[in-house]
Amino acid sequence: MQARTHCDPQVALQEKDRKKKAAMLQRLAQEFRITVLDILHEKGTGHWGGAASAAELLVALYFDAMNVRSEKPDWPDRDRLVVSKGHASCMLYTVLANRGYFPTEELKTFRQIDSRLQGHPCMLTTPGVEMSTGALGHGASVALGMALAARLLGKSYWTYVLLGDGDLNEGQTWEAIMAAAKFKPERLVALIDYNKVQLDGPSDQIMPMDPLPEKFRAFNWNVAPVVYDGHNVGAVLESFDWIKNQRQWPVAVIYKTHKGRGVSFMEDNAYWHGAPIDDASYAKARKELLQTLEALP
Amino acid sequence: MTTTNVAMRDAFGEALLALASDFPKMVVFDADVSASTRTAAFGKQCPNRFFNIGVAEANMVDIAAGMATCGLRPVVSTFALFLTLKGADQLRNVVCYNNLPVILAGNYAGLSDSYDGASHQSIFDIATVRVMPNMTVVVPADGVELSQALTAALRRDGPTYIRICRNPTPVLFAGESPLEIGKIRKLKNGNDLTIAVCGVPTSMAIEAADRLAQRGVSVDLLEVSTIKPIDVEALVVSARKTGKVLTVEEHTVLGGLGGAIAEVLSQRAPARMSMIGIEDKFTESGAYDALLRKYGISVEHIESKAMRLLTPEP
Repeated sequence: MQARTHCDPQVALQEKDRKKKAAMLQRLAQEFRITVLDILHEKGTGHWGGAASAAELLVALYFDAMNVRSEKPDWPDRDRLVVSKGHASCMLYTVLANRGYFPTEELKTFRQIDSRLQGHPCMLTTPGVEMSTGALGHGASVALGMALAARLLGKSYWTYVLLGDGDLNEGQTWEAIMAAAKFKPERLVALIDYNKVQLDGPSDQIMPMDPLPEKFRAFNWNVAPVVYDGHNVGAVLESFDWIKNQRQWPVAVIYKTHKGRGVSFMEDNAYWHGAPIDDASYAKARKELLQTLEALP
Repeated sequence: MTTTNVAMRDAFGEALLALASDFPKMVVFDADVSASTRTAAFGKQCPNRFFNIGVAEANMVDIAAGMATCGLRPVVSTFALFLTLKGADQLRNVVCYNNLPVILAGNYAGLSDSYDGASHQSIFDIATVRVMPNMTVVVPADGVELSQALTAALRRDGPTYIRICRNPTPVLFAGESPLEIGKIRKLKNGNDLTIAVCGVPTSMAIEAADRLAQRGVSVDLLEVSTIKPIDVEALVVSARKTGKVLTVEEHTVLGGLGGAIAEVLSQRAPARMSMIGIEDKFTESGAYDALLRKYGISVEHIESKAMRLLTPEP
């Protein structure tokens, strides 16, 4: 079963009207969820929860905020995104493929032998991947290095890092947050996919992170005054507008998200962090995702 | 050969200053020990290219890696123990996995942070970094080699670990042909026994070989400054000639120079082997030379172990 209408990624990319664009990207994110669900079910491996959580953020970054050239992935002036929550790999690959970095047919090779699409992102094999991640806690430090490099090299690219709950558990992330406030590199932005569920359960039980905005503020970051809805592309684009107007660095934006977003019985459920998707759950989940997609304006 | 003593860390600090203009993309990192590791002078000369990350080694390695992806050439300096263990995941998953051109300057290595004791003495850094794919591992024997290793590493792709001693040690190779990464330096030509040495104990091995010569033993003396990729051919040629190989290092006997050579020779040219290094134990505080002696790294020990290796097996 396929959606009745399909949103062309190239058309969405070129759209100038913000409202129309938001609607298109909302559809794209939902279509990509279905693609990811299909792949994870077929391969019997991969991480649904974190991938679904980051759908709108990744789509909005690659189809709106980021100045990149998919035909020239190593263009030196490109904006950078470090996906520190590397288990969102399948969504990242789906976004990159649809953004033109590599053929979408290649998505079928996800996590299989000889594939360019490794279980967790690998910068050496996948065009568009800026940093190999998977082991949590590395992304904020690496992004800080990239942002400082822009300063040294006289470049004006933006560096984004996408952090998840697991990343926030890692001590190194807070070392990086501390150091970023010392060096204050221009155009360094941390986006927090704050779904508050990690592999073993709710973060409030495993390792509470609240009050998160206050923590970033205490570390001398410029934190967005509101927590945005990370599943509403309109809200995400608003947050990008806020980011572009900032002059105090580094910048952090927290997005309220839901792990496994889009499937009622998978949402906010730690079991679906990385469990293989059985046939019955797949059929139910796909139906729900498709219904939501059809109902979108 | 002169008898001047120079600390490798001083040579390191001076080399950074000397290389600053030739390598404009070189940036230097330290983790709150820049006064000790001698990177502070570079920080003073090139403040925009120096980053003191505080006591956060993991963070430091990854920030440097991020810069390396953008074309800069980071030199990351701190105590070897903390660099290789607190930064181990970062070395493995970010620097080595992505084959990034980051130079890891493992300072105060071996027993050279002698008075600070076991908590600071880096006795298995070679073993730790050697197992990481893409990593090059260099153990200079003096300040001259140290500065040559740094220059060579800046010209290479991929990560390079350079092991640096804290204390003044004899300058051995001033005016000699420069250290070449991946190549063994032949110090003596002999037939009875191969001695393979790296780092600070090199001067001891030279003296031990002289003493052995007086006892009629001719030593094929190899200075193995690159532990990885190791100079397989030179090792095989020497082992085939002598059939007996003694390794000497300021490191545990597990997984360092001795281990690397055993891996090669067991497959290519099996030889009787003996290893000098710290036995599988933690060390302690004390004067550097006293510590080296106590843990078996001395001219006398090299000489006696060599004689034992020459005694036919019963």
